[in-house]
Amino acid sequence: MSVAEQSIAGAEARGHGFLASSVGRKVVMAATGVILFGFVTVHMLGNLTSYMGAEAMNHYAQFLRTMVHGMGIWVFRAVLLTAVGLHIWAATTLTLDNMAARPVGYRNQQNVASTWASRTMRWSGVILAAFIIYHLLHLTTGTVHPNFDHANPYANFVNGFKVPAAAGFYIVAQLCLGLHMWHGVWSCTQSFGLAHPRYNSLRRNFATGLTVLVVGVNISYPIAVLTGFIH
Amino acid sequence: MELKSKIPDGPIDKKWEKHKFDLKLVNPANKRKYKVLVVGSGLAGGAAAASMAELGYEVECFCYQDSPRRAHSIAAQGGINAAKNYQNDGDSVYRLFYDTVKGGDFRAREANVHRLAEVSNNIIDQCVAQGVPFAREYGGLLDNRSFGGAQVSRTFYARGQTGQQLLIGAYQALERQIGLGKVKMFPRHEMLEVIVVDGVAKGIVVRDMVTGEVTSHVADAVCLATGGYGNVFYLSTNAKGCNGTAVWRAYKKGAAFANPCFTQIHPTCIPVTGDHQSKLTLMSESLRNDGRIWVPKRKEDCGKPASEIPEEDRDYYLERKYPSYGNLAPRDVSSRAAKQVCDEGRGVGPTRLGVYLDFSDAINRLGAAKIEEKYGNLFEMYERITDENPYKTPMRIFPASHYTMGGLWVDYNLMSTIPGLFVLGEANFSDHGANRLGASALMQGLADGYFVIPYTIGGYLAGIKPGTRIKADDPAVKAAEQAVNDRTDKLMSIGGKETPTHFHRELGKVMWEMCGMGRNEAGLKKALELIPQIREEFWKNLRIPGSGNDLNQSLEAAGRVADFLEIGELMCLDALERRESCGGHFREEWQTEEGEALRDDENFAHVAAWEYKGEGQAPVRHTEQLTFENVHLATRSYK
Amino acid sequence: MSKHFNLTLHVWRQKNAKCDGKFVEYPAENISPDMSFLEMLDVVNEGLIRKGEEPIAFDHDCREGICGTCSMVINGRPHGPRERTTTCQLHMRSFKDGDSITLEPWRAEAFPVIKDLMVDRGAFDRIIAAGGFISVPTGSPQDANALPIPKESADLSMDAAACIGCGACVAACPNASAMLFVSAKISHLGHLPQGQPERYLRVRDMIAQMDAEEFGTCTNHGECEAACPKGIKMENIARMNRDFIKASLTYRPATTSGGGAG
Ligand SMILES: Cc1cc2nc3c(=O)[nH]c(=O)nc-3n(C[C@H](O)[C@H](O)[C@H](O)COP(=O)(O)OP(=O)(O)OC[C@H]3O[C@@H](n4cnc5c(N)ncnc54)[C@H](O)[C@@H]3O)c2cc1C
Ligand code: HEM
Ligand code: SF4
Ligand code: FES
Repeated sequence: MSVAEQSIAGAEARGHGFLASSVGRKVVMAATGVILFGFVTVHMLGNLTSYMGAEAMNHYAQFLRTMVHGMGIWVFRAVLLTAVGLHIWAATTLTLDNMAARPVGYRNQQNVASTWASRTMRWSGVILAAFIIYHLLHLTTGTVHPNFDHANPYANFVNGFKVPAAAGFYIVAQLCLGLHMWHGVWSCTQSFGLAHPRYNSLRRNFATGLTVLVVGVNISYPIAVLTGFIH
Repeated sequence: MELKSKIPDGPIDKKWEKHKFDLKLVNPANKRKYKVLVVGSGLAGGAAAASMAELGYEVECFCYQDSPRRAHSIAAQGGINAAKNYQNDGDSVYRLFYDTVKGGDFRAREANVHRLAEVSNNIIDQCVAQGVPFAREYGGLLDNRSFGGAQVSRTFYARGQTGQQLLIGAYQALERQIGLGKVKMFPRHEMLEVIVVDGVAKGIVVRDMVTGEVTSHVADAVCLATGGYGNVFYLSTNAKGCNGTAVWRAYKKGAAFANPCFTQIHPTCIPVTGDHQSKLTLMSESLRNDGRIWVPKRKEDCGKPASEIPEEDRDYYLERKYPSYGNLAPRDVSSRAAKQVCDEGRGVGPTRLGVYLDFSDAINRLGAAKIEEKYGNLFEMYERITDENPYKTPMRIFPASHYTMGGLWVDYNLMSTIPGLFVLGEANFSDHGANRLGASALMQGLADGYFVIPYTIGGYLAGIKPGTRIKADDPAVKAAEQAVNDRTDKLMSIGGKETPTHFHRELGKVMWEMCGMGRNEAGLKKALELIPQIREEFWKNLRIPGSGNDLNQSLEAAGRVADFLEIGELMCLDALERRESCGGHFREEWQTEEGEALRDDENFAHVAAWEYKGEGQAPVRHTEQLTFENVHLATRSYK
Repeated sequence: MSKHFNLTLHVWRQKNAKCDGKFVEYPAENISPDMSFLEMLDVVNEGLIRKGEEPIAFDHDCREGICGTCSMVINGRPHGPRERTTTCQLHMRSFKDGDSITLEPWRAEAFPVIKDLMVDRGAFDRIIAAGGFISVPTGSPQDANALPIPKESADLSMDAAACIGCGACVAACPNASAMLFVSAKISHLGHLPQGQPERYLRVRDMIAQMDAEEFGTCTNHGECEAACPKGIKMENIARMNRDFIKASLTYRPATTSGGGAG
């Protein structure tokens, strides 16, 4: 087949939407990923109030619900929901494109540079999505909570994690978060174009550090409840 | 057949300028009405196709690789010459001209060489503008290195990948034109025939190497830029696909073949390791800037590791014989010197066909890091192939077939003896005489493609009425297609036992032994008996599995070998008839007492151009007398 | 001298783009460690031809690691086990007696198999045609030294320009993404002052064509970098992303007519 028989995209494709392009969607994924990781990090820090007792945590929850006359939390929720939506949209369409790009696989592909985390992004992401839904039904709306008390988030938190299955799922989801985050944080610097040999090890170390911190602290909550450290 | 060189008159440095003015021009509005076919996408073909498309001609370009970017020019390592004199060391257009004529042992046309030297500077400008990342100094200016046969530093380079970078530059320009729809590219298409109507080239026949389909392309002019035929030796530094098919088919249609015996044996290649060897790898000549060539003084030492041979027992034979050029003596001279020491039994390595190229002095002087910066990728390549570390033990090298100075005869306009058929780059014979200097083939390919053909093609096309192309169903077209199909059928139907490679190897051995670095009458006559025998065996005992209407690499190889079996014969005939030694053509009967080449200017200061007379007929040798008005005929000395 | 040995090959055989392929087993006997990988295949192929069987079709040309033609996946790795080595530069001393070797073509939707181990990489050419150049018609430039270029820029440009367009990056990438190849060209030209006028146009055009060819998208696995025989770095991909973001954010449709691809 000669090159001439196939078209060169040329001028008309040049203006084709940022969002339609592969790199554009990568950037969307990275940008929304940063928002979500930012949220996760702040969320983790906020929950540290649980170690300070019921009052501190309930006070913190109250603050969240009432800031900016109760509007604040809705703004947060809107941003987060949009971010999740865009992230999932970008991830899904890119994953489908990527699968279509290699219709016939290798007999035994040897991976030498990729990591388990990088290869399981789509699965850690799906588990995270499931977890997010469960998490909202569990501790925000209380739909799947055994004895939900709208006025006492601290009690919901403690009682919720007393159920070993719930705590278990929570821990598994956090490990998925760890995988997703470890690759994702590094990956999104690359997607934003932040690479320079001088700072490359810094990017890796930052990803590892942040992941260990967030996941470590988050996992400590159910463990603290199950061991009775928080009660 | 008449060989009209069409060299313009006037002083040498005004000829090209005058000629450019004298050439007729094609009206800009008419340019798109002319179609030009370019066979080959190397430096010569790629540059030509892109430049002609920029001018407005309709261009179709063909190559046998899967992409024009892979033409064999990509393998050139060392560099490209230009008379910029950026180093302030006394270079000039005239000196480059002089060195090239002398380097070619006075067997090239002065006017062509001078033009080459003139446009050399434009080439560097063009390439830099295209984004070729030539090596630079810290001040941001271009760096140069020295190459064999010159005492000035005029070689521009991009690490050890100069050919690759220049080709990518031309390829980008070509792809740009493809994107604009000005060039239609046909990769994986092999040209198998020239269509000639009333003695004028009007098109070509190609085989689509993926589908096996044979099709014709008609046009107003055809340019062949199909490279050299060095693979006639089977083992050479050329890519596996390099072939003589295109030029050979043109020869059989009436294009004279000039100086077929002028082939270049490159002194620095990695030695052969065994019968399985499929090609030889060049170690760039630039290595001779810092490497010192030696063999042991005594035969008995040859089996010892290099490190155990003390300094006083080493024979740095190039430095000894040619004190002023030393390790940078030109290629023909260095190759022959290597052959001599090996013939004396002083060669090194398991086969004793090798000499050392030693970097220890340079590493001590400049440090390993500097050497790595200059030659890193070459050292790496060497280690990969030989499993030896050249930073620690000296490289072993041996000469190998590398380049063919001979090629289709062309006039000053690069047109062959078939009107409308132009020949560019290594495929023509024009600029290097009997020996090519390092870093000047890239220069010639780009000169032909960027700066000569765009002018001279206009001069030719201006004489043709637009729209007078033959039709695709012209009987001449059908006949040419039929000839190609018949030949394929013939090859496919032999049904013997042996592979194409087998015959190629056999031919290669004969050529290397009898028409290689040293030639003599008895050997050449022997070769002229042996080659027809191999050819006969080929046509009786060849086996090609599969079908002709499909991708069939054995068929491709067989077609090329069939042509090499004929080219080889013409080379030997030419070598036999040229009763003198000059450049790469060393007739053992003509040497000085010191073993240097002995030219016979009285009888052989000419180009020998062979005319095909038909199957089974002896070809006829024509001559074009060479006159030297500017560079005086002198014995070439590098002492 | 070095000892000869035997191997078993499992080779993907496929008649053409339309037919299905399958693995076929061949013995490779009496192999010298000094042979290149392709010379080993030559030996097998000559044996097949003598038996009247069709030889294994594979792409190759220069056999010295520079043309980028050779292309096969050897035991699950493009160009085989040695780092920074093309198939043609791989030598049999990297294997040992009794080894079994699986050979497959590059696998990507954008690189359809033509026959056996040969694929069509025309998509790469079309990406270059879409914008991988500097528009400088023959004859127009100024003197080469009129524009000094910092050595570092020239060196970085050369690092990227070393790409041989082999496609191993696509073959190795779990997503069959061509971003290492594309970014190498963008860096080659983008590091040079001559490449600046078309810098942002180029990145947009080339990425548009890359997407149109249906390559996958980088998810930063790093397999491309590990497979690349020329050591092209993933940093180039980041650089390309950066240029693309800037190019997209500042895009304005042409206000005058004309232009065209480039
Ligand atoms: C290893 C090596 C190193 C070298 N190093 C240097 C150096 O440092 N400096 C220097 O100046 N020179 C060097 N040379 C020489 C130089 O590279 C070549 O002479 C030059 O590049 C030839 O260019 P070309 O365009 O004429 O042909 P090529 O680049 O060989 O191109 C030939 C083109 O023709 C096509 N073709 C051939 N036959 C057919 C056919 N039948 N049908 C269709 N298409 C066909 C091919 O596909 C290809 O596109 C080197 C050569 C070698 C082998
Ligand atoms: C709390 C939720 C999530 C966070 C914080 C998050 C974060 C991130 C980040 C930062 C990236 C890297 C982007 C880049 O490479 O440029 C990423 C990639 C990705 N995410 Fe998520 N994500 C989350 C949820 C999800 C969900 C629910 C899915 C799946 C539906 C998902 C699927 C993916 C995929 C497929 C990738 C691309 C893989 C890759 O780049 O290697 N993510 N995510
Ligand atoms: S980036 Fe490396 S692997 Fe990809 S095409 Fe270029 S040389 Fe081959
Ligand atoms: S054959 Fe040229 S790179 Fe391998």
